Order: sequence, then C-alpha cells, then structure tokens
Amino acid sequence: MSITELRRTGGGPGPDTGSDLAVRAEGLVKTFGGHRAVDGIDLAVRPGEIFGVLGPNGAGKTTMLRMLATLLKIDAGRAEIFGVDVAGNPHVIRQLVGVTGQYASVDENLTARENLWLFSRLQGIAASRARRIATELLAQFGLEDAAGKPIAQFSGGMRRRLDLAASLITRPPLIFLDEPTTGLDPRTRGQMWDTIRGLVTDGCTVLLTTQYLDEADQLADRVAVIDQGRKVAEGTPDELKTAVGNSTLQLLLAEPGQVRAAVEVVRGVLGSEPVLSPEQGRLNVALDQADLAADVLIALRTAGVSISSVSVAKPSLDEVFLALTGHGTDGDDRTGTEENR
Amino acid sequence: MSTMITPVREVVRAADRVAAARRRVSPGETLGQTLMMAWRAVKKMRRNPEQFFDVALQPILFTAMFAFIFGGAIAGDVQSYLPLMVPGILAQTVLTTCMATGTQLREDMEKGVFDRFKSLPIARIAPLAGPMVADLLRYTIAATLTFGMGLVLGYRPGGGAGGVLAAILLSIFTGWSLAWIFTWVGTIARSTQAVQGISLMILFPLTFLSNAFVPIETLPGWLAAFVRINPVSHLVTAARDLANDALVSSQVAWTLLASLAVIAIFAPLSVRSYKRHM
Repeated sequence: MSITELRRTGGGPGPDTGSDLAVRAEGLVKTFGGHRAVDGIDLAVRPGEIFGVLGPNGAGKTTMLRMLATLLKIDAGRAEIFGVDVAGNPHVIRQLVGVTGQYASVDENLTARENLWLFSRLQGIAASRARRIATELLAQFGLEDAAGKPIAQFSGGMRRRLDLAASLITRPPLIFLDEPTTGLDPRTRGQMWDTIRGLVTDGCTVLLTTQYLDEADQLADRVAVIDQGRKVAEGTPDELKTAVGNSTLQLLLAEPGQVRAAVEVVRGVLGSEPVLSPEQGRLNVALDQADLAADVLIALRTAGVSISSVSVAKPSLDEVFLALTGHGTDGDDRTGTEENR
Repeated sequence: MSTMITPVREVVRAADRVAAARRRVSPGETLGQTLMMAWRAVKKMRRNPEQFFDVALQPILFTAMFAFIFGGAIAGDVQSYLPLMVPGILAQTVLTTCMATGTQLREDMEKGVFDRFKSLPIARIAPLAGPMVADLLRYTIAATLTFGMGLVLGYRPGGGAGGVLAAILLSIFTGWSLAWIFTWVGTIARSTQAVQGISLMILFPLTFLSNAFVPIETLPGWLAAFVRINPVSHLVTAARDLANDALVSSQVAWTLLASLAVIAIFAPLSVRSYKRHM
C-alpha cells in the first residue's frame, strides 16, 4: 500500500461501518479556547483488536481518548462504544470502558490493596469478592510484596501496573491505555506489552495511544497516525512501515552543497525519493532491506559525493511523520494543550 | 507479571456487558458509594494526623483567649461571660472546620485519583459527599473540645448533659450543611489558595457579624439588622438556649430551615460545577 492510499482520511471509517464495532467515532472535535486540539477524527476499532493511536506530544491523542471515556465533553461529531452513544449514555459507557491514564490515577494515601478494594466496592462488588479480586490482581501484576505499602513508596513502573490493575477490576470489554509505557525502563516496558497482549486473549478490545513506532509495531493490529488533531494515515503497522521502509539509511554529507547530487544517486539506485531532513546536508533513505545500504554507499562514492557520517536504523516516528506529513514531530506550531486537560 | 499463571477465565463478551449495564445510579448505590468515599477520607485523615491540628487546637486556644480578653469588658467577669461565649465559639469552630472541607476537596481534585473517580460508573455526588460524611468526625471533635475547655474554665451549663448534647448535635448538623457552600467554592475556584481566600471572605463576616461574641444590643442599628438575619446568630442563640436552659426555642427551627435551604441550593450547584470540571 502506498502512502497516498494510507492517507485515506476523508469519508467514513470504510467497510467497517456497522454497530458491531467496539469504537466508532465520526468527526470528533474538541476545542480549547481557539485551538482545535481534536479536529474531526474518525475512528473504527474492531472488537478483539489492539488499535494504536500514534502521534507526537500535543497531537490530540489524550484529548480524543478522554472524550471517548466521557471525561471530556464532545464538542462536535459523535462516538459510539459497542453501539452505545457516548454523549447520551455516559453512565453505561463508564461500565464498558476501563481507563488507564498517562499519570497513574490511584490514591496516594492508600496502600495498593486498599486502592483495589476501594475501586471494587465503589463499583458495587461485594466485600468478599472485592477482597478476592484485589488478591488476584496483585498477584497477576507482581505487586503482592508491595500490597500493604503506601503508593508514595511505589516506583513509576509499579504505579502503572497498579493503575492498569485498577482498570481491570470489572473486566471491562474495552480498555483505554494512554501512553502505557512512556517513562518505563525497557524491561518493565516488555512486561507491560505482555500484559496488554494478555488482555486481548481474554476477549478485551484495547485502544492505546503511543509516541513510539516500535510499540505500535509490537502491539497494534492497526494504527492510526494523528497529527495536529487530524488523522493523517491509518493501516496495519506493516503498511505504515512499507510507506517508510523497513529500515532507514541516515546520511550526513560532508558538503551540504552536494545534496542535489546525492538525491540523484539514490533515485538512480533505488528508484525512490530520499527524505530531506531540516538539518543541512542530512538525508534519510527508506530501505526495503538493510543490505541495500551498501549499494547506495558504493554509488555515492562512484559519483564523488563524500559522506561524513552514516548509519542504518529502524524508522522512527519522526521518519513516519516526515514521510506522511512532510514535517517532523517537533513543529513549533504545536501547543500541547492536551496535557493540561 | 510476565511469569504470571493466569487461571482459566471466562472470555469477556461485550454484547452481554452492554445488555447488563445499568442506565443510572440508584439512591441505594449512591449512599453506598458515598460511604466508601467517606471510608477513604477517614483513612486519609488517619494517615495525615496534622489535619486534626486545627480542629484540636482552635477550640482550646480560642475559648481560653476570648474568655480572658473579652470576659471582663463584655460581661463584667470571665465566669459570667462563659455561658454567652462558649456557644459562640462552638459556632465559630464548626464554621472554620467547614472551610477546611473546601480547601481539602480542591487539593484532592487536583490529584490523579479524581480522574479515576470520574471514569467510574458512580454517582457524581459521591466524591463530594463522602469527605463531608467523614468530616462529621472533625466537627464532633471540635465541638466536644470547645465544651470541654469551657468546663475547665469554670463553665457550668444550666441545660445539663442533655442540653449540651443537643447544642453539639445542632452545631454539627449546621456546620455540615454550611460546608456545602465551601464545597461549591472548592469546585469552582482555580486553586487551593483561591478557595482559602474566598472561604475566609465568607467566613469572617458570618462569624464576627453575629451575636457569637457580643450582645446584639451593643451594635448600631444597621449592623444589628444584618446580625439578626445571619444564620450563625440563629445557631448561636439556639445553642445558648439549649446548653444554658435546656430550652428548645424557635431559633432551632430557624437554624434547621436555614441549613436545609443551604443544602438545597449548594449541593446541586456543587455537583453541576464538578461535572463541568471534566
């Protein structure tokens, strides 16, 4: 699938239209002051899949999730969860969705066990069952040893785990995860990924936001790329990666003036366009296979283009954005209002 | 986490969940959720005992201070001032305690856990009403200490134990009702400091422009007019009649009526602005 096909943002959610979707959103809009944080997003999440929303800080991911979770009013457009209208039935939606926020939403004053007990009892679970659920979840998330400790003594990773555990008390059919691994160390991150995969085995549907292409690649069945409140692309992680290549050859030319010559050479060897980075003399070349890098390098030397540094890397979110939107993830027109609710 | 042994569990079925979902919260559920929130607030109080400083110290300090400062000037001597003053301090203490309700709610609302409360299928009033139920504990401590300090200074209430108990209960109920005003302030203000500022502006005129410390007859006419309609004055008079003479006067009815009016206005206002905060 080409980039242009991926950019299928207009129109409805495609062939999935129907009430059997886990999430269906049409033209969602949220405005803060004059700033449109979410600017007409359509979304179709199928039951039983992990759907990733990929985008940089301030793209509107959190705001969109909060609207779907009834935490923010929907300014325009409409959303349904398992066929239930979100704006019209907030109380029903809250019974269907478990929300794990970007900042752990657990009570600092209580212990881990007390937190789970409180959230169970609030949702009408009988005392004896609430105790059992707390014990089960603490075991499942490896928090037994810390069960009686106040949250203030918890590490970031432990808080995240407790937060996710708290979202699973009633085993909701749909789970929202807002950047579940941001700020976690690689090991904890891998554990979190395993847990998220386990949820789907249980029959849950997961909608998660992330800033990391590799996280979307690892977890998601399908991905929507969001930029400045709009969806700029949607597809499977493979389709996304095909758009940017499986790996990226990053070149820094010794002479920035030779960029034009370098572009010619790449075009000649691969038949595709390199992406020019805003930095002077830097090019990113999408490669289907990493070993094509050698061909490009040999051709460049033959053409007399000298290189000061070279590396082959997996494509980053930045490259996806360069390929899809023509600008990087650090555009200065971003405000990041979504973080301030 | 990765090595967990997941017991065989039923698969989650979305359609069943949609069918089983309740449309709204019943009054019984609301009560249960409010009590759970109260449990949380009590736990929080026990882990932050410094929250009890104001309720414990203020009655003791103020009762002693006011008795010796104003006693001679207003009533001739400390002994004859106590029956006038102790019910006044009672009202003041209870009001100061309600102010803390608002500031603590605001502080709490800024924390992440409120996000979860909002995302749960629970009554919107429960996170507001729960801490207020727990605050009954604080009112009880404050009221008991005020009378205790009065007794130490030589106050001998003529209404006996029954009269004193009735005065304490009335003050607690009134304080709890007025706390809805401060809860509302807590939901509309932008910061904890703002809540404190606004609350003090409400609190000072209410307590000092009342008959809590001085007899109404000593005030200029225009001020006396305000003091007479101030609900705190009704509370103070009712508490004096109860504690000193075991007399259930019409002032009790006025106090209860004013309290109910405050709840009827400010409870819905608080829930509305709490919802809008989302």
